[in-house]
Amino acid sequence: MLTTAFALVFFYAPTDADQGIIQKIFYVHVPMAIVALCGFVAGGIFGIMHLRTRDQRWDMRSYVTIHLSIILAVGVLVTGSIWARISWGHWWVWNEPMLVVFLIVFLLYATYQPLRFSIEDREKQARYASVFAITAGAFVPLCFGAVRMAQNLTHPQAGTMTTHGPGSVTLTFLCSLTGMTLLFVTLCKYEMASKNATSKLRSLRRRLAGEDDFIPTGGRSAAPQI
Amino acid sequence: MLELAFAGGDRYVAGAYIVFLALILSYLAIMASKLSKIEREVVEISEIVERRAQGAEAVPPRSKEPVA
Repeated sequence: MLTTAFALVFFYAPTDADQGIIQKIFYVHVPMAIVALCGFVAGGIFGIMHLRTRDQRWDMRSYVTIHLSIILAVGVLVTGSIWARISWGHWWVWNEPMLVVFLIVFLLYATYQPLRFSIEDREKQARYASVFAITAGAFVPLCFGAVRMAQNLTHPQAGTMTTHGPGSVTLTFLCSLTGMTLLFVTLCKYEMASKNATSKLRSLRRRLAGEDDFIPTGGRSAAPQI
Repeated sequence: MLELAFAGGDRYVAGAYIVFLALILSYLAIMASKLSKIEREVVEISEIVERRAQGAEAVPPRSKEPVA
């Protein structure tokens, strides 16, 4: 899906009359930003589910979605800086609210892993991480909603770029967004399977160690265990 | 200024897409290394279980001793 989307970007979508070829960054930058922000919100929702059910699998889902969203957020910041450099002549513009809010959200979530790592007790770690995910997840739409409602300076809006452009722009954008979402979900499942396997192996090691000689297991970890 | 920007535009677009691919590929590489670690652990644990099973087979079952 993502390959099709990128083929559409370079062979189907028209070159923007105003920005030229650099507008093509839009098709990777904006879907990445949308998926990353939705991932942060989803992490909060999984956090609520964890606190309601006390099921460690929800904590694992919350952890994995936030982890992947942080990786995508790095991509958003880098591609956004590249776009800003060529469009505005600067790598970063501090008086642009959208950029600064995204940076604040990124820095907020950058503390998620150290927070988890600093708590040794697994139960406490999962609970505190869920509270963090819920609070930060609620902060994301509030911040971006406030920025949207405020008068925007120079940052282009994804909605105006797709609705005011030709249909091919909208189609390409939707393909990119779908591809990015599918990639995110696939990577989430991949990481979740890996984490589950690691947890099962650790518990197996512990059981074996209980029966016989000591088999060392992994040390302190930020990742949840089921 | 604008002409200059457009002249270097291709480079920047390629850079943005390369950043995205590099991120995904490095993530996959890290996950692949974790997966190979899991595989090694599975082999190690299965060897331990196998050794124990062989050890259990080698030791004959204890006969009931008469109670004095």
